Amino acid sequence: MTDNAEKIPVVEVENLVTHYGDRMILKGVSLKIYQGEIIVIMGGSGSGKSTLLRHLLGLHKPTSGCIRLLGKDITKLNNQEMYEIRRHMGVAFQGGALFGSMTVGENVMLPLREHTDLDEQTMQIMTRLKLEVVNLAGFENLMPSELSGGMIKRAALARAVVMDPKLLFFDEPSAGLDPVAAVELDELILKLRSALKMSMVVVTHELDSAFKIADRITVLDQGDILMTDTVENVRNSDNQRIQSLLNRMPRDDAVDTDEYLRRLTGYN
Amino acid sequence: MAEPSNITPTSQLRKRIEQLGLVVVRGIEEIGYMFRLLYEALEWVVLGRQRQQPVRVSSVFSETMQIGIQAVPIIAILCFSIGVMLAIQGIETLKTFGAEAQVVLGIALSVTREFSPLIVSILVAGRSGSAIAARIGTMLESQEIDALRVIGINPVRYLVAPIMLAMLISLPCLVILGDVVGLLGGAVYTKIDLNLPLSVYFDRTFEILVVDDVMQGLIKSVVFALIISLVGLANGFQVQGGAEGVGRATTRSVVMSISLIVIADMVFTYFLNR
Repeated sequence: MTDNAEKIPVVEVENLVTHYGDRMILKGVSLKIYQGEIIVIMGGSGSGKSTLLRHLLGLHKPTSGCIRLLGKDITKLNNQEMYEIRRHMGVAFQGGALFGSMTVGENVMLPLREHTDLDEQTMQIMTRLKLEVVNLAGFENLMPSELSGGMIKRAALARAVVMDPKLLFFDEPSAGLDPVAAVELDELILKLRSALKMSMVVVTHELDSAFKIADRITVLDQGDILMTDTVENVRNSDNQRIQSLLNRMPRDDAVDTDEYLRRLTGYN
Repeated sequence: MAEPSNITPTSQLRKRIEQLGLVVVRGIEEIGYMFRLLYEALEWVVLGRQRQQPVRVSSVFSETMQIGIQAVPIIAILCFSIGVMLAIQGIETLKTFGAEAQVVLGIALSVTREFSPLIVSILVAGRSGSAIAARIGTMLESQEIDALRVIGINPVRYLVAPIMLAMLISLPCLVILGDVVGLLGGAVYTKIDLNLPLSVYFDRTFEILVVDDVMQGLIKSVVFALIISLVGLANGFQVQGGAEGVGRATTRSVVMSISLIVIADMVFTYFLNR
Protein backbone atom coordinates (compact mmCIF):
# COMPACT_ATOMS: atom_id res chain seq x y z
CA MET A 1 0.00 0.00 0.00
CA THR A 2 2.79 2.40 0.82
CA ASP A 3 4.11 2.08 -2.71
CA ASN A 4 1.03 3.74 -4.16
CA ALA A 5 1.98 5.79 -7.17
CA GLU A 6 0.27 9.00 -6.04
CA LYS A 7 0.66 9.51 -2.37
CA ILE A 8 -1.91 12.02 -1.26
CA PRO A 9 -1.50 12.91 2.40
CA VAL A 10 -4.81 12.94 4.29
CA VAL A 11 -3.29 13.65 7.68
CA GLU A 12 -0.24 15.82 8.18
CA VAL A 13 1.07 16.55 11.62
CA GLU A 14 3.95 18.98 11.94
CA ASN A 15 5.92 19.66 15.09
CA LEU A 16 3.01 19.04 17.39
CA VAL A 17 3.73 20.09 20.96
CA THR A 18 1.09 19.61 23.64
CA HIS A 19 0.92 20.13 27.37
CA TYR A 20 -1.25 18.71 30.11
CA GLY A 21 -1.07 21.39 32.76
CA ASP A 22 2.62 22.11 32.99
CA ARG A 23 3.68 18.67 31.79
CA MET A 24 4.79 18.36 28.18
CA ILE A 25 3.14 15.31 26.63
CA LEU A 26 4.02 15.45 22.92
CA LYS A 27 7.42 16.90 22.19
CA GLY A 28 7.30 17.94 18.57
CA VAL A 29 5.60 15.07 16.74
CA SER A 30 5.52 14.98 12.93
CA LEU A 31 3.60 12.41 10.96
CA LYS A 32 2.08 11.93 7.52
CA ILE A 33 -0.69 9.53 6.65
CA TYR A 34 -1.54 8.85 3.04
CA GLN A 35 -4.79 8.10 1.34
CA GLY A 36 -5.96 4.53 1.64
CA GLU A 37 -3.40 3.36 4.14
CA ILE A 38 -3.84 1.95 7.60
CA ILE A 39 -1.40 3.41 10.03
CA VAL A 40 -1.06 2.03 13.52
CA ILE A 41 0.09 4.27 16.32
CA MET A 42 1.81 2.07 18.85
CA GLY A 43 3.36 2.75 22.20
CA GLY A 44 3.21 1.83 25.85
CA SER A 45 1.05 3.48 28.47
CA GLY A 46 1.93 7.12 28.92
CA SER A 47 3.67 7.30 25.55
CA GLY A 48 1.26 10.00 24.43
CA LYS A 49 -0.63 7.96 21.86
CA SER A 50 -4.06 8.75 23.28
CA THR A 51 -3.10 12.42 23.48
CA LEU A 52 -2.01 12.37 19.85
CA LEU A 53 -5.33 10.79 18.87
CA ARG A 54 -7.36 13.34 20.81
CA HIS A 55 -5.54 16.15 19.04
CA LEU A 56 -6.05 14.52 15.66
CA LEU A 57 -9.77 14.46 16.48
CA GLY A 58 -9.71 18.17 17.25
CA LEU A 59 -10.82 17.65 20.84
CA HIS A 60 -7.96 19.74 22.25
CA LYS A 61 -5.97 22.75 21.16
CA PRO A 62 -2.23 22.05 20.89
CA THR A 63 0.43 24.32 22.38
CA SER A 64 2.12 24.66 19.00
CA GLY A 65 2.44 22.91 15.67
CA CYS A 66 -0.18 22.17 13.07
CA ILE A 67 -2.50 19.32 12.19
CA ARG A 68 -3.86 19.17 8.65
CA LEU A 69 -6.78 16.86 8.02
CA LEU A 70 -7.73 16.50 4.35
CA GLY A 71 -5.58 19.54 3.61
CA LYS A 72 -7.07 21.86 6.24
CA ASP A 73 -5.25 22.97 9.36
CA ILE A 74 -7.75 22.09 12.08
CA THR A 75 -5.97 24.20 14.70
CA LYS A 76 -7.05 27.30 12.78
CA LEU A 77 -10.56 26.38 11.65
CA ASN A 78 -13.68 28.07 12.99
CA ASN A 79 -16.62 26.03 14.25
CA GLN A 80 -18.46 25.91 10.94
CA GLU A 81 -15.39 24.75 8.99
CA MET A 82 -14.64 22.16 11.66
CA TYR A 83 -18.24 20.97 11.38
CA GLU A 84 -17.70 20.43 7.64
CA ILE A 85 -14.51 18.42 8.25
CA ARG A 86 -16.28 16.25 10.80
CA ARG A 87 -18.62 14.93 8.11
CA HIS A 88 -15.61 13.24 6.56
CA MET A 89 -14.21 11.64 9.65
CA GLY A 90 -15.43 8.74 11.72
CA VAL A 91 -14.28 7.75 15.18
CA ALA A 92 -14.68 4.51 17.09
CA PHE A 93 -13.82 5.07 20.74
CA GLN A 94 -12.19 2.56 23.01
CA GLY A 95 -15.27 1.83 25.11
CA GLY A 96 -17.59 2.31 22.13
CA ALA A 97 -19.10 5.50 23.62
CA LEU A 98 -22.53 4.50 22.37
CA PHE A 99 -25.28 6.72 23.79
CA GLY A 100 -26.89 4.71 26.55
CA SER A 101 -30.28 6.33 26.12
CA MET A 102 -30.62 5.29 22.46
CA THR A 103 -30.97 1.94 20.75
CA VAL A 104 -28.11 0.59 18.65
CA GLY A 105 -29.95 1.62 15.49
CA GLU A 106 -30.53 5.18 16.71
CA ASN A 107 -26.87 5.40 17.69
CA VAL A 108 -25.73 4.42 14.22
CA MET A 109 -28.29 6.72 12.62
CA LEU A 110 -27.36 9.79 14.67
CA PRO A 111 -24.65 11.18 12.32
CA LEU A 112 -27.05 10.83 9.38
CA ARG A 113 -29.77 12.65 11.28
CA GLU A 114 -27.44 15.51 12.15
CA HIS A 115 -25.59 15.89 8.86
CA THR A 116 -28.10 14.95 6.18
CA ASP A 117 -31.68 15.71 5.16
CA LEU A 118 -32.46 12.16 4.12
CA ASP A 119 -35.90 10.80 4.84
CA GLU A 120 -36.43 8.35 7.69
CA GLN A 121 -36.77 5.33 5.41
CA THR A 122 -33.46 5.94 3.64
CA MET A 123 -31.65 6.55 6.90
CA GLN A 124 -32.98 3.28 8.27
CA ILE A 125 -31.82 1.39 5.22
CA MET A 126 -28.36 2.93 5.44
CA THR A 127 -28.21 2.09 9.13
CA ARG A 128 -29.16 -1.54 8.53
CA LEU A 129 -26.65 -1.71 5.70
CA LYS A 130 -23.82 -0.65 7.99
CA LEU A 131 -24.97 -2.94 10.79
CA GLU A 132 -24.96 -5.73 8.22
CA VAL A 133 -21.33 -4.93 7.38
CA VAL A 134 -20.26 -5.29 11.01
CA ASN A 135 -22.34 -8.48 11.45
CA LEU A 136 -24.90 -6.91 13.72
CA ALA A 137 -27.93 -7.30 11.49
CA GLY A 138 -31.12 -7.52 13.50
CA PHE A 139 -29.66 -5.92 16.61
CA GLU A 140 -30.80 -2.38 15.85
CA ASN A 141 -33.56 -2.34 18.44
CA LEU A 142 -31.41 -3.44 21.35
CA MET A 143 -29.98 -1.01 23.87
CA PRO A 144 -26.18 -0.75 24.15
CA SER A 145 -26.34 -2.19 27.67
CA GLU A 146 -27.70 -5.41 26.20
CA LEU A 147 -24.66 -5.96 23.98
CA SER A 148 -21.39 -7.77 24.68
CA GLY A 149 -18.04 -5.96 24.58
CA GLY A 150 -17.22 -7.11 21.06
CA MET A 151 -20.66 -6.18 19.78
CA ILE A 152 -20.38 -2.71 21.29
CA LYS A 153 -17.08 -2.15 19.47
CA ARG A 154 -18.63 -3.31 16.21
CA ALA A 155 -21.68 -1.11 16.70
CA ALA A 156 -19.36 1.83 17.40
CA LEU A 157 -17.54 1.00 14.19
CA ALA A 158 -20.84 0.98 12.30
CA ARG A 159 -21.64 4.43 13.67
CA ALA A 160 -18.18 5.66 12.73
CA VAL A 161 -18.53 4.58 9.10
CA VAL A 162 -22.20 5.36 8.55
CA MET A 163 -21.34 8.61 6.73
CA ASP A 164 -18.73 6.82 4.57
CA PRO A 165 -15.90 8.93 5.97
CA LYS A 166 -12.60 9.46 4.20
CA LEU A 167 -10.80 9.13 7.48
CA LEU A 168 -11.45 6.61 10.21
CA PHE A 169 -9.92 6.74 13.67
CA PHE A 170 -10.01 3.69 15.87
CA ASP A 171 -8.93 3.75 19.50
CA GLU A 172 -7.74 0.40 20.92
CA PRO A 173 -9.91 -1.92 18.80
CA SER A 174 -8.85 -5.10 20.58
CA ALA A 175 -8.63 -3.82 24.15
CA GLY A 176 -10.83 -5.84 26.46
CA LEU A 177 -11.78 -8.43 23.86
CA ASP A 178 -11.13 -12.15 23.84
CA PRO A 179 -8.62 -13.31 21.20
CA VAL A 180 -11.26 -14.55 18.78
CA ALA A 181 -13.32 -11.38 18.93
CA ALA A 182 -10.13 -9.35 18.54
CA VAL A 183 -9.12 -11.23 15.40
CA GLU A 184 -12.62 -10.85 13.99
CA LEU A 185 -12.45 -7.13 14.55
CA ASP A 186 -9.07 -6.95 12.76
CA GLU A 187 -10.58 -8.81 9.80
CA LEU A 188 -13.45 -6.37 9.82
CA ILE A 189 -11.10 -3.39 9.73
CA LEU A 190 -9.31 -4.83 6.68
CA LYS A 191 -12.63 -5.62 5.01
CA LEU A 192 -13.87 -2.08 5.59
CA ARG A 193 -10.75 -0.56 4.13
CA SER A 194 -10.99 -2.59 0.95
CA ALA A 195 -14.74 -2.00 0.66
CA LEU A 196 -14.91 1.70 1.51
CA LYS A 197 -11.37 2.79 0.54
CA MET A 198 -10.86 4.86 3.63
CA SER A 199 -7.67 5.86 5.38
CA MET A 200 -7.42 4.61 8.92
CA VAL A 201 -5.55 5.61 12.02
CA VAL A 202 -5.59 2.86 14.62
CA VAL A 203 -4.20 3.37 18.09
CA THR A 204 -3.27 0.16 19.85
CA HIS A 205 -0.74 -1.56 22.02
CA GLU A 206 -1.69 -5.04 20.83
CA LEU A 207 1.24 -6.25 18.76
CA ASP A 208 -0.52 -9.09 16.92
CA SER A 209 -3.30 -6.85 15.80
CA ALA A 210 -0.90 -4.07 14.82
CA PHE A 211 1.21 -6.39 12.64
CA LYS A 212 -1.85 -7.84 11.02
CA ILE A 213 -3.64 -4.67 9.92
CA ALA A 214 -0.94 -2.04 9.56
CA ASP A 215 0.59 -0.75 6.34
CA ARG A 216 2.88 1.36 8.41
CA ILE A 217 3.52 1.59 12.13
CA THR A 218 4.40 4.66 14.12
CA VAL A 219 6.08 3.95 17.41
CA LEU A 220 5.56 6.60 20.05
CA ASP A 221 7.63 6.71 23.21
CA GLN A 222 7.52 9.38 25.92
CA GLY A 223 6.11 11.97 23.58
CA ASP A 224 8.51 11.37 20.70
CA ILE A 225 8.08 9.37 17.53
CA LEU A 226 10.81 6.73 17.46
CA MET A 227 10.10 5.61 13.93
CA THR A 228 7.40 5.47 11.30
CA ASP A 229 7.90 2.66 8.84
CA THR A 230 6.56 -0.53 7.35
CA VAL A 231 5.78 -3.48 9.57
CA GLU A 232 8.88 -5.31 8.32
CA ASN A 233 11.24 -2.44 9.06
CA VAL A 234 9.78 -1.81 12.50
CA ARG A 235 10.21 -5.47 13.36
CA ASN A 236 13.81 -5.42 12.26
CA SER A 237 14.65 -2.13 13.89
CA ASP A 238 17.67 -2.19 16.15
CA ASN A 239 16.31 0.59 18.34
CA GLN A 240 16.47 -0.62 21.94
CA ARG A 241 13.11 0.84 22.98
CA ILE A 242 11.27 -0.53 19.98
CA GLN A 243 12.70 -3.96 20.56
CA SER A 244 11.74 -3.91 24.23
CA LEU A 245 8.22 -2.90 23.22
CA LEU A 246 8.04 -5.67 20.62
CA ASN A 247 9.48 -8.32 22.89
CA ARG A 248 7.48 -7.24 25.90
CA MET A 249 10.57 -6.59 27.94
CA PRO A 250 10.55 -4.25 30.90
CA ARG A 251 12.29 -0.97 30.41
CA ASP A 252 15.66 -0.95 32.10
CA ASP A 253 16.44 2.71 32.33
CA ALA A 254 19.75 3.58 33.93
CA VAL A 255 19.08 4.62 37.50
CA ASP A 256 20.47 7.94 38.59
CA THR A 257 21.10 7.41 42.31
CA ASP A 258 21.03 11.07 43.31
CA GLU A 259 17.87 11.71 41.34
CA TYR A 260 16.29 8.60 42.87
CA LEU A 261 17.10 9.73 46.40
CA ARG A 262 15.77 13.20 45.67
CA ARG A 263 12.50 11.76 44.44
CA LEU A 264 12.10 9.56 47.50
CA THR A 265 12.84 12.23 50.06
CA GLY A 266 10.93 14.95 48.27
CA TYR A 267 13.73 17.53 48.61
CA ASN A 268 14.52 19.59 45.58
CA MET B 1 16.96 22.87 49.99
CA ALA B 2 13.95 23.37 52.23
CA GLU B 3 14.49 21.69 55.59
CA PRO B 4 11.41 20.40 57.45
CA SER B 5 12.31 22.58 60.44
CA ASN B 6 11.71 25.64 58.29
CA ILE B 7 7.95 25.44 58.81
CA THR B 8 7.36 28.62 60.80
CA PRO B 9 4.08 30.22 61.79
CA THR B 10 4.50 32.81 59.02
CA SER B 11 5.01 30.20 56.33
CA GLN B 12 1.97 28.35 57.61
CA LEU B 13 -0.07 31.53 57.50
CA ARG B 14 1.13 32.15 53.98
CA LYS B 15 0.01 28.68 53.02
CA ARG B 16 -3.44 29.30 54.49
CA ILE B 17 -3.80 32.57 52.60
CA GLU B 18 -2.64 30.84 49.45
CA GLN B 19 -5.30 28.15 49.91
CA LEU B 20 -7.98 30.76 50.54
CA GLY B 21 -6.94 32.54 47.35
CA LEU B 22 -7.16 29.28 45.41
CA VAL B 23 -10.67 28.56 46.69
CA VAL B 24 -11.81 32.07 45.74
CA VAL B 25 -10.30 31.80 42.27
CA ARG B 26 -11.92 28.40 41.72
CA GLY B 27 -15.27 29.75 42.87
CA ILE B 28 -15.11 32.68 40.48
CA GLU B 29 -14.00 30.34 37.71
CA GLU B 30 -17.04 28.14 38.33
CA ILE B 31 -19.45 31.07 38.28
CA GLY B 32 -17.85 32.23 35.05
CA TYR B 33 -18.26 28.74 33.62
CA MET B 34 -21.96 28.70 34.47
CA PHE B 35 -22.58 32.05 32.82
CA ARG B 36 -20.74 30.86 29.74
CA LEU B 37 -22.97 27.79 29.60
CA LEU B 38 -26.02 30.03 29.90
CA TYR B 39 -24.76 32.37 27.19
CA GLU B 40 -23.89 29.56 24.78
CA ALA B 41 -27.20 27.79 25.37
CA LEU B 42 -29.13 30.99 24.61
CA GLU B 43 -26.96 31.53 21.55
CA TRP B 44 -27.84 28.07 20.23
CA VAL B 45 -31.54 28.60 20.92
CA VAL B 46 -31.49 31.86 18.95
CA LEU B 47 -28.97 31.10 16.19
CA GLY B 48 -29.25 27.31 15.92
CA ARG B 49 -31.66 27.35 13.00
CA GLN B 50 -29.48 29.81 11.14
CA ARG B 51 -26.48 27.53 11.64
CA GLN B 52 -28.65 24.62 10.43
CA GLN B 53 -28.13 22.90 13.75
CA PRO B 54 -31.34 23.75 15.60
CA VAL B 55 -32.06 22.87 19.19
CA ARG B 56 -34.46 19.96 18.69
CA VAL B 57 -38.00 20.54 19.93
CA SER B 58 -38.38 16.80 20.52
CA SER B 59 -35.53 16.72 23.03
CA VAL B 60 -36.95 19.77 24.82
CA PHE B 61 -40.22 17.84 25.07
CA SER B 62 -38.65 14.69 26.43
CA GLU B 63 -36.68 16.69 29.01
CA THR B 64 -39.86 18.55 30.02
CA MET B 65 -41.53 15.18 30.42
CA GLN B 66 -38.83 14.03 32.83
CA ILE B 67 -38.33 17.27 34.74
CA GLY B 68 -41.92 18.49 34.75
CA ILE B 69 -44.67 16.00 34.05
CA GLN B 70 -43.18 13.11 36.00
CA ALA B 71 -42.77 15.34 39.04
CA VAL B 72 -46.47 16.26 39.14
CA PRO B 73 -47.74 13.55 41.56
CA ILE B 74 -45.05 14.07 44.18
CA ILE B 75 -45.34 17.85 43.94
CA ALA B 76 -49.11 17.62 44.36
CA ILE B 77 -48.71 15.51 47.49
CA LEU B 78 -46.06 17.81 49.01
CA CYS B 79 -47.86 21.07 48.28
CA PHE B 80 -51.15 19.69 49.58
CA SER B 81 -49.40 18.76 52.83
CA ILE B 82 -47.85 22.22 53.05
CA GLY B 83 -51.30 23.78 52.63
CA VAL B 84 -52.74 21.59 55.39
CA MET B 85 -49.75 22.33 57.63
CA LEU B 86 -50.13 26.08 57.14
CA ALA B 87 -53.83 25.83 57.95
CA ILE B 88 -53.19 23.92 61.18
CA GLN B 89 -50.50 26.35 62.33
CA GLY B 90 -52.45 29.40 61.21
CA ILE B 91 -55.67 28.43 62.95
CA GLU B 92 -53.76 27.49 66.11
CA THR B 93 -51.89 30.83 66.20
CA LEU B 94 -54.82 33.00 65.25
CA LYS B 95 -57.03 31.40 67.89
CA THR B 96 -55.17 33.40 70.53
CA PHE B 97 -56.51 36.57 68.91
CA GLY B 98 -59.85 35.06 68.12
CA ALA B 99 -59.22 35.71 64.46
CA GLU B 100 -59.26 32.18 63.02
CA ALA B 101 -61.10 33.32 59.93
CA GLN B 102 -58.05 35.36 58.88
CA VAL B 103 -56.23 32.08 58.22
CA VAL B 104 -57.31 32.30 54.59
CA LEU B 105 -55.13 35.39 54.12
CA GLY B 106 -52.13 33.75 55.71
CA ILE B 107 -52.37 30.62 53.61
CA ALA B 108 -53.01 32.47 50.36
CA LEU B 109 -50.00 34.75 50.69
CA SER B 110 -47.51 32.29 52.09
CA VAL B 111 -48.36 29.55 49.59
CA THR B 112 -48.17 31.70 46.48
CA ARG B 113 -45.26 33.93 47.46
CA GLU B 114 -43.09 31.55 49.39
CA PHE B 115 -43.88 27.91 49.94
CA SER B 116 -44.94 26.75 46.53
CA PRO B 117 -41.85 28.09 44.68
CA LEU B 118 -39.52 26.95 47.44
CA ILE B 119 -40.87 23.42 47.88
CA VAL B 120 -41.20 22.86 44.14
CA SER B 121 -37.64 24.06 43.47
CA ILE B 122 -36.11 22.03 46.27
CA LEU B 123 -37.92 18.95 45.04
CA VAL B 124 -36.86 19.49 41.42
CA ALA B 125 -33.28 20.17 42.54
CA GLY B 126 -33.22 16.86 44.39
CA ARG B 127 -34.99 14.96 41.67
CA SER B 128 -33.71 16.45 38.40
CA GLY B 129 -30.69 18.57 39.35
CA SER B 130 -28.91 15.50 40.65
CA ALA B 131 -30.03 13.43 37.66
CA ILE B 132 -28.63 16.06 35.30
CA ALA B 133 -25.25 16.06 37.04
CA ALA B 134 -25.12 12.26 37.10
CA ARG B 135 -26.13 11.91 33.48
CA ILE B 136 -23.68 14.48 32.12
CA GLY B 137 -20.92 13.11 34.35
CA THR B 138 -21.48 9.54 33.20
CA MET B 139 -21.56 10.62 29.56
CA LEU B 140 -18.30 12.48 30.06
CA GLU B 141 -16.64 9.47 31.68
CA SER B 142 -17.75 7.04 28.99
CA GLN B 143 -16.54 9.42 26.24
CA GLU B 144 -20.08 9.98 24.98
CA ILE B 145 -19.52 13.75 25.07
CA ASP B 146 -16.36 13.28 22.98
CA ALA B 147 -18.36 11.10 20.61
CA LEU B 148 -20.93 13.87 20.22
CA ARG B 149 -18.22 16.39 19.46
CA VAL B 150 -16.49 14.25 16.83
CA ILE B 151 -19.81 13.57 15.14
CA GLY B 152 -20.07 17.36 14.94
CA ILE B 153 -22.82 17.77 17.51
CA ASN B 154 -22.18 20.60 19.92
CA PRO B 155 -22.92 19.27 23.43
CA VAL B 156 -24.30 22.65 24.51
CA ARG B 157 -26.80 22.60 21.70
CA TYR B 158 -27.66 18.92 22.06
CA LEU B 159 -27.69 18.48 25.85
CA VAL B 160 -27.46 21.81 27.67
CA ALA B 161 -29.99 23.93 25.78
CA PRO B 162 -32.85 21.38 25.93
CA ILE B 163 -32.32 20.83 29.66
CA MET B 164 -32.27 24.56 30.34
CA LEU B 165 -35.36 25.24 28.25
CA ALA B 166 -37.23 22.34 29.81
CA MET B 167 -36.35 23.59 33.28
CA LEU B 168 -37.48 27.13 32.42
CA ILE B 169 -40.78 25.81 31.10
CA SER B 170 -41.41 23.21 33.80
CA LEU B 171 -40.65 25.06 36.99
CA PRO B 172 -43.14 27.96 36.60
CA CYS B 173 -45.84 25.48 35.54
CA LEU B 174 -45.10 23.29 38.55
CA VAL B 175 -45.24 26.36 40.80
CA ILE B 176 -48.71 27.24 39.51
CA LEU B 177 -49.76 23.66 40.17
CA GLY B 178 -48.22 23.93 43.63
CA ASP B 179 -50.18 27.15 44.26
CA VAL B 180 -53.49 25.54 43.37
CA VAL B 181 -52.92 22.31 45.30
CA GLY B 182 -51.47 24.15 48.29
CA LEU B 183 -54.53 26.40 48.51
CA LEU B 184 -56.73 23.34 48.16
CA GLY B 185 -54.92 21.69 51.07
CA GLY B 186 -55.55 24.75 53.20
CA ALA B 187 -59.18 24.84 52.13
CA VAL B 188 -59.80 21.20 52.98
CA TYR B 189 -58.38 21.54 56.48
CA THR B 190 -60.20 24.82 57.10
CA LYS B 191 -63.43 23.11 56.05
CA ILE B 192 -62.81 20.31 58.56
CA ASP B 193 -61.68 22.50 61.43
CA LEU B 194 -63.68 25.74 61.04
CA ASN B 195 -66.41 24.30 58.83
CA LEU B 196 -65.78 27.00 56.24
CA PRO B 197 -67.24 25.93 52.87
CA LEU B 198 -64.72 25.49 50.04
CA SER B 199 -66.56 27.99 47.84
CA VAL B 200 -66.36 30.69 50.50
CA TYR B 201 -62.71 29.89 51.11
CA PHE B 202 -61.81 30.27 47.44
CA ASP B 203 -63.97 33.38 47.01
CA ARG B 204 -62.05 35.03 49.80
CA THR B 205 -58.74 33.79 48.54
CA PHE B 206 -59.33 35.36 45.14
CA GLU B 207 -60.43 38.60 46.79
CA ILE B 208 -57.15 38.76 48.66
CA LEU B 209 -54.74 37.55 46.01
CA VAL B 210 -53.54 40.03 43.42
CA VAL B 211 -51.57 39.16 40.32
CA ASP B 212 -48.44 40.44 42.02
CA ASP B 213 -48.49 37.70 44.64
CA VAL B 214 -48.52 34.92 42.08
CA MET B 215 -46.02 36.78 39.92
CA GLN B 216 -43.61 36.94 42.84
CA GLY B 217 -43.59 33.17 42.99
CA LEU B 218 -43.23 32.85 39.24
CA ILE B 219 -40.31 35.28 38.99
CA LYS B 220 -38.57 33.36 41.73
CA SER B 221 -39.20 30.07 39.98
CA VAL B 222 -37.49 31.30 36.81
CA VAL B 223 -34.39 32.22 38.80
CA PHE B 224 -34.50 28.89 40.65
CA ALA B 225 -34.81 27.06 37.33
CA LEU B 226 -31.60 28.69 36.13
CA ILE B 227 -29.85 27.84 39.39
CA ILE B 228 -30.87 24.16 39.30
CA SER B 229 -29.95 23.61 35.66
CA LEU B 230 -26.68 25.56 35.69
CA VAL B 231 -25.46 23.99 38.93
CA GLY B 232 -26.38 20.48 37.76
CA LEU B 233 -24.80 20.94 34.35
CA ALA B 234 -21.62 22.63 35.59
CA ASN B 235 -21.08 19.91 38.17
CA GLY B 236 -21.70 17.23 35.58
CA PHE B 237 -19.23 18.68 33.10
CA GLN B 238 -16.55 18.91 35.77
CA VAL B 239 -16.67 15.25 36.78
CA GLN B 240 -13.30 13.62 37.22
CA GLY B 241 -12.41 10.19 38.54
CA GLY B 242 -14.96 7.62 37.43
CA ALA B 243 -18.02 6.46 39.30
CA GLU B 244 -16.87 8.05 42.53
CA GLY B 245 -16.49 11.39 40.79
CA VAL B 246 -20.01 11.11 39.41
CA GLY B 247 -21.32 10.43 42.91
CA ARG B 248 -19.48 13.40 44.33
CA ALA B 249 -20.76 15.72 41.58
CA THR B 250 -24.32 14.54 42.16
CA THR B 251 -24.19 15.23 45.88
CA ARG B 252 -22.46 18.54 45.35
CA SER B 253 -24.99 19.71 42.82
CA VAL B 254 -27.94 18.96 45.12
CA VAL B 255 -26.40 20.63 48.17
CA MET B 256 -25.22 23.59 46.12
CA SER B 257 -28.47 24.22 44.29
CA ILE B 258 -30.65 23.90 47.40
CA SER B 259 -28.37 26.30 49.31
CA LEU B 260 -28.36 28.78 46.45
CA ILE B 261 -32.14 28.51 46.10
CA VAL B 262 -32.76 29.30 49.77
CA ILE B 263 -30.30 32.21 49.77
CA ALA B 264 -31.65 33.60 46.50
CA ASP B 265 -35.16 33.26 47.92
CA MET B 266 -34.22 35.38 50.91
CA VAL B 267 -32.69 38.08 48.72
CA PHE B 268 -35.68 38.10 46.38
CA THR B 269 -38.23 38.21 49.17
CA TYR B 270 -36.42 41.21 50.62
CA PHE B 271 -36.41 43.16 47.37
CA LEU B 272 -39.85 42.13 46.12
CA ASN B 273 -41.52 43.18 49.37
CA ARG B 274 -40.04 46.67 49.63
